[in-house]
Amino acid sequence: MSEHIVKSYEDELNTLMAECARMGGLAEAQVADALEAVVKRDATLAETVIGRDGRLDALEAEIERKAIKLIALRQPMANDLRRTVGAMKIAGNLERIGDLAKNIAKRTVVIIEAEPMTPLTRAIERLGRLVLTRLKDVLDSYTANEVERAVSVWSRDHEVDEHYNSLFRELLTYMMGDPRTITACAHLLFVAKNFERIGDHATNIAEIVHYEITGEEMIAERPKTDAFAASE
Amino acid sequence: MNLRNTYNSGNSMPSDQLEAAIQPAAASEALGGAPVKIAARDVNVFYGEKQALFDVALDVGAQAVTALIGPSGCGKSTFLRCINRMNDTIPGCRVLGRIEIDGADVNDRGLDPVLLRARVGMVFQKPNPFPKSIFENVAYGLRIHGLANKSEVGDIVEASLKRAGLWAEVSDRLHASGSSLSGGQQQRLVIARAIAVNPEVILMDEPCSALDPIATARIEELIDELRTQYCIVIVTHSMAQAARVSQRTAFFHMGKLVEAGRTDEMFTNPRDSRTQDYITGRFG
Repeated sequence: MSEHIVKSYEDELNTLMAECARMGGLAEAQVADALEAVVKRDATLAETVIGRDGRLDALEAEIERKAIKLIALRQPMANDLRRTVGAMKIAGNLERIGDLAKNIAKRTVVIIEAEPMTPLTRAIERLGRLVLTRLKDVLDSYTANEVERAVSVWSRDHEVDEHYNSLFRELLTYMMGDPRTITACAHLLFVAKNFERIGDHATNIAEIVHYEITGEEMIAERPKTDAFAASE
Repeated sequence: MNLRNTYNSGNSMPSDQLEAAIQPAAASEALGGAPVKIAARDVNVFYGEKQALFDVALDVGAQAVTALIGPSGCGKSTFLRCINRMNDTIPGCRVLGRIEIDGADVNDRGLDPVLLRARVGMVFQKPNPFPKSIFENVAYGLRIHGLANKSEVGDIVEASLKRAGLWAEVSDRLHASGSSLSGGQQQRLVIARAIAVNPEVILMDEPCSALDPIATARIEELIDELRTQYCIVIVTHSMAQAARVSQRTAFFHMGKLVEAGRTDEMFTNPRDSRTQDYITGRFG
């Protein structure tokens, strides 16, 4: 793509997208650290994750401010408009991902107080790794401007649902077997749900990247696995 | 500017000829099934040896605003002038191909260009009121076409000025000179003059480029109101204006029609990389 005639406009757009990519990196690190904290029962790391969340909030506000200013002062059109709005929407999704990672970290602090439940922790780790890979892939698709990669993340959304549903059943079994595990299991259930929702945000970002690059919305129905059906 | 270019000479309009030219508009596939008012096919225009337009084919919807955009020298104004045969007045200019209004070729030898220009009004970049009073500016077209008797003229002048959103500002000084008005008022006066003869199509060649933002907003509001009754084609260098006032946009580049489509789609997701480069400010 050729550059804008007005160089400062080009710079502003590039800065906006670079900041969004940087925010993506930070969100990814938050999710990775939250996962590590819950798997390794690391309270210090959990506290670090909780403390770092404010940076994501600040970055989102900054990206939103820059995007609004760009719309007001430059009136971006066509792909520039899609990039500007895309950056704003992606920042919103990343901010939510940060909140979910922070929530996982907060629950980790409580979960650590109970006895370890190794098989469950392994399942959480598998779910977390899968979600993390999806998040990394979709953020790479954003920075590399690769629509195929975004589509591939989008079309594999059901994998996370399947992991989550099996974890859900496993947790129920535990809780029914030993009521003393209920507190920890309930928190783990929320942790699992939070990872599943981070996966949903990755899917949202894939849709945004697709629109940004092609100008078309993804209209096909994604393969869905129903969590409620699985729980029966 | 020669008045004949912008307006009509003294011929009265034979109503049977006018009736014959008006046919129900055909629906166009390119317009998503909306009725088409102007259909251009294989339009090639030459200024002497130099070719200004290449094989332009475009459907223009009835009761809609179509914006023609593109860099200077791209042919958008040339195309606009083909619609009411304004190019006839330029020495060495040849227009080939068909431009139909309601299915009738505007270049038909039997069609009087003066009559055509009564059906297809035009508004220019610089407001060009006649050196006459405000009232006479609007009444002029009615008189030369014999469209209204003396008692009707006053009513039509008032109605036209009202439709052009100028009445409240000039009703107490109708006999002041048209050139005593501000630029924005003059432009609305010219629009009132164009709509007084009840045209079907209004062509606008950068009608706001000499106006301030408030006067521009008034004209844009007027365009939006007029589109319910007229087919409007506007040439503009302001992408933002094209986006604001038009329902369809056509992008010209180097004499060719690159892309035409719904305005919202053209400005969010143009198909052609040249359109994209132009509207996003990347053209060298």
